[in-house]
Amino acid sequence: MWLTSSSVGRKLIMSISGLFLIMFLAFHMSMNLVAIVSSEAYNAVCGFLGSNWYAVAGTAVLAAGVFVHFAYAIMLTLQNRKARGEQRYAVSENQKSVEWSSQNMFVLGAIVIIGLAIHLSHFWAHMMLPELAGNEELLLTADGTTYAATDGAGLISYTFKNPINVVLYVIWLVALWFHLTHGMWSAIQTIGWNNKIWMCRWKLISNIFATVVCFGFMAVVVYGYFA
Amino acid sequence: MATIDSKIPKGPLAQKWTNYKNHQKLVNPANKRKLDIIVVGTGLAGASAAASLGALGFNVLNFCIQDSPRRAHSIAAQGGINAAKNYQNDGDSVYRLFYDTIKGGDYRAREANVYRLAEVSNSIIDQCVAQGVPFAREYGGLLDNRSFGGAQVSRTFYAKGQTGQQLLLGAYSALSRQVNKGTVKLYTRYEMLDVVIIEGRARGIIARNLVTGKIERFFGHAVVIGTGGYGNTYFLSTNAMGSNGSAAMQIYRKGAYFANPCYAQIHPTCIPVHGDIQSKLTLMSESLRNDGRIWVPKKLEDAKAIQEGRKTANDIPDEDRDFYLERRYPAFGNLVPRDVASRAAKERCDKGFGVNNTGLAVFLDFKYAIQRLGKDVVAQKYGNLFQMYEKITDENPYEVPMKIFPAIHYTMGGIWVDYELMTSIPGLFAIGEANFSDHGANRLGASALMQGLADGYFVLPYTIQNYLADQIQVPRMSTDLPEFAEAEKAVQDKINKLMSIQGNESVDSIHKRLGHIMWEYVGMGRTKEGLETAMKKLKELKKDFWSNVYIPGEANTLNTELEKALRLSDFLEIGYLMAIDGYNRNESCGGHFREEYQTEEGEALRQDDQYSYVACWKYTGENSDPELLKEPLDYEETERKTRNYKN
Amino acid sequence: MEKLINITLKVWRQRGPQEKGAFETYQLENISTESSFLEMLDVLNEKLVKERKEPVVFDHDCREGICGMCSLYINGHPHGKDQEVTTCQLHMRRFNDGDTITIEPWRSAAFPVIRDLMVDRSAFDKIMQAGGYTSVNTGGIPDANAIPIPKPIADEAMDAASCIGCGACVAACKNGSAMLFVSAKVSQLALLPQGKVEAAKRVKAMIAKMDELGFGNCTNTGACEAECPKAVSISNIARLNREFICAKLKD
Repeated sequence: MWLTSSSVGRKLIMSISGLFLIMFLAFHMSMNLVAIVSSEAYNAVCGFLGSNWYAVAGTAVLAAGVFVHFAYAIMLTLQNRKARGEQRYAVSENQKSVEWSSQNMFVLGAIVIIGLAIHLSHFWAHMMLPELAGNEELLLTADGTTYAATDGAGLISYTFKNPINVVLYVIWLVALWFHLTHGMWSAIQTIGWNNKIWMCRWKLISNIFATVVCFGFMAVVVYGYFA
Repeated sequence: MATIDSKIPKGPLAQKWTNYKNHQKLVNPANKRKLDIIVVGTGLAGASAAASLGALGFNVLNFCIQDSPRRAHSIAAQGGINAAKNYQNDGDSVYRLFYDTIKGGDYRAREANVYRLAEVSNSIIDQCVAQGVPFAREYGGLLDNRSFGGAQVSRTFYAKGQTGQQLLLGAYSALSRQVNKGTVKLYTRYEMLDVVIIEGRARGIIARNLVTGKIERFFGHAVVIGTGGYGNTYFLSTNAMGSNGSAAMQIYRKGAYFANPCYAQIHPTCIPVHGDIQSKLTLMSESLRNDGRIWVPKKLEDAKAIQEGRKTANDIPDEDRDFYLERRYPAFGNLVPRDVASRAAKERCDKGFGVNNTGLAVFLDFKYAIQRLGKDVVAQKYGNLFQMYEKITDENPYEVPMKIFPAIHYTMGGIWVDYELMTSIPGLFAIGEANFSDHGANRLGASALMQGLADGYFVLPYTIQNYLADQIQVPRMSTDLPEFAEAEKAVQDKINKLMSIQGNESVDSIHKRLGHIMWEYVGMGRTKEGLETAMKKLKELKKDFWSNVYIPGEANTLNTELEKALRLSDFLEIGYLMAIDGYNRNESCGGHFREEYQTEEGEALRQDDQYSYVACWKYTGENSDPELLKEPLDYEETERKTRNYKN
Repeated sequence: MEKLINITLKVWRQRGPQEKGAFETYQLENISTESSFLEMLDVLNEKLVKERKEPVVFDHDCREGICGMCSLYINGHPHGKDQEVTTCQLHMRRFNDGDTITIEPWRSAAFPVIRDLMVDRSAFDKIMQAGGYTSVNTGGIPDANAIPIPKPIADEAMDAASCIGCGACVAACKNGSAMLFVSAKVSQLALLPQGKVEAAKRVKAMIAKMDELGFGNCTNTGACEAECPKAVSISNIARLNREFICAKLKD
């Protein structure tokens, strides 16, 4: 199968899975913004995405997307290290035009994955997971308050009251921003949907998109902290 | 005196090549597979020949000294390639291309060869386009042309300033295709060190694997030499560092004639020398003379001021500029042939009008072109050349004029070949710059690419069959034959001898001394006394080399100093050949300018009644002068005139 | 204006592909800023030969930036920091008195070191042999003007074709990828009608060979383009991807 056996095929898998995750991020971010406008509306969205079959199926596909993207990242990185040879350069520096993020995608991706794990433990573990387990009990927190699995808005304000979490999320989102600025246009380039004229345009679109998404997420974090 | 048969076919000039092809012998496809052909060199001639012979079905062994066939120095040709397509409707024709080439060569080329060259020129362009060579095009989608020195029509096809590169990559890709098909086997980083002669015919070569140092033997039913020219005899030239004349000298010593060695082309537009440690000279394409105007100051005091750094080019008003080519040659102006332009530059500099600190440079100014066409158009045409110039000199040619000076560029002389491109040794062929055949005493711009590809694509693949048709019964020979062993031993002995000298002088420093002698006495202006001095000094230098050269390291491994020493040992011999040939030729023609033979205006003065011949030098032994044989140049079609580029 | 500078060189010396290499340090005095980088190395070698030592081995030939033979990794950059030049066009005026210059060979698994700074780039030839051509024999070709080609297309093909095959793209790439080299050839031929005929076959064959030879996967860092002495654009890589994916989808 050329998708897995050729370098361009493997890159295409990275590209398609990456674009899929990008679309999910856009969706997730717009959903989050609802929390700033209205807690009820946000909880309604959360309810809609609870343990319904389509939400579960969507989550499974999403998890598969993350897995494929991550597994191929490891595989490609190992192959690339091997192709580079055993002897490393003693002195190496980049020309200005080479994006820092492009050289550190794997590290940035790893930070994003760790952030994701933290994020899942904060939210998913208290929302969809208990519902799936048929466990409708309320989340009892250290300060004695309780949150229902459907009360996403409440969970947001609870989580981001903690400044440590805010800092962790900011680090996470900054890494995500760098990852996206390169990842998005790079995905387009890998599909082959690029040329001399569109090169700058795609890079600009990627920067704008990454900024909007990350600010969108950040807004909710900040809102949660102050709310 | 031995007679020389150039095997020119009968019939009127325009019919000769057709007649030849109609009557030559061919090899049938089943037999082609059984025949091995060794092609040495992968430049335009070598690569195109190897690819074409492979495509015909011969079994080809192709050698080059670089790490890839694509590195051959043909790649550095900038300006373009001529063809008589007449796409511009400006009056071009096969005859006119033929005539311009004969005239440009100062009536010292063989008519039949040149006519054939002009005839096949059109097919070359077709071939290259089919290979995907991205020639420059007009907005209508058709091929663009530009004009070049020595012609009044625009017949030069080009690909930016990288025509040689694109043509070579075309030939290289055709070659790569044959390698993939298995008809051609490539030997990269191999250097030919001798030809093997069995029963009077060339049957193989001895080559050194440059990585392992191992001497190896290769058999071929025929051997083709496409190893380029010997311009590096001068140390400083526009040739690549590795370009050498060793293959030519090896076959010369085995009996191939060396023809017209003194015809060396000095290119007028090179970047001037900057200092002692300079390793090579960089050419700026002749195409620059299309739009650049060459000048020096009219007043000697202005020239002095520029030399001393008190004034710059832009301080000299137009009326104080001497556009000497336009002044002397109104009809051709800045587009006179290379030899004429070079000598004119030397004449001005000798009179003290040179424009850099050494006084050895003239201006090539684009101010006027920028005024006329705009900076953008100039940038589009010459951008990459301007960039190259700026990288080397740190001066911006859009703002200050370029400084240029003549430098050794191409050697018209080379191994003598007959009409079939076969040397005087049966089964041994020479193509491209390595042979002498098509450019006479001076080559026109954009004709070297044409000749290299003509030989490789459209001439040799025919003519070699006429020879091989008789060889189909000859089985592949073993390389254990005594002739191979002897040749290998001679090579090994030479290497051992070089390694054992362990003297005190490096190869490069001796090469530089050779270069100084050559430039001083066998350069742009030669005299009888100077050439005598040169021969004397060259003999001494040769002695020095063989007694005092130092080569570090070992012979049986990669050894770049040994490679250079082997080449230098041959350059020393070539230098001597050039000097003796120049000494013999008591006339001025093309690239050979004897100061005793010039008109009152300083133009070259030929002696047609005495020197209308090809001077073929035959090797007679290590310590004796070569024997001169003459191939008369009988012109059927052309009338010899004094070259006139004035009106 | 010409100046004389003193420099320290740290040069990678390695006897052969299997042997261990190491840096050696050399001092050079009074190097003219007008000389080229390779002329500076000539001076070093002349000095070494005078001291009856073996000179530093490095590839070089035309010394005018077109043959693609020279290949040094200078102070962290292939062909040095100066842009759009090959090592042979790099001049000493880009360096200052007292500088230490580190010179390494191209480092990539597909380009093994032969000796010192000389590497084996025959992998590029092998990729070319896999399909970097149009399948035409000599002769029997229609007139060159039979197929008009729009100037912008011809110009774009020319830009792609200006690749000199030096390998700086592979040397610069943290992944040791040869995509810029391959894409330049694929683009040139895919753009022109003469090459379109077998474009699909070509791109598949060349990519397969590239993968087989152990080059890495492109991650679009653009380091290749930034270091390419001929400024070949990575938009060619996009075209290569497009050509390859379309060719595979059509199968």
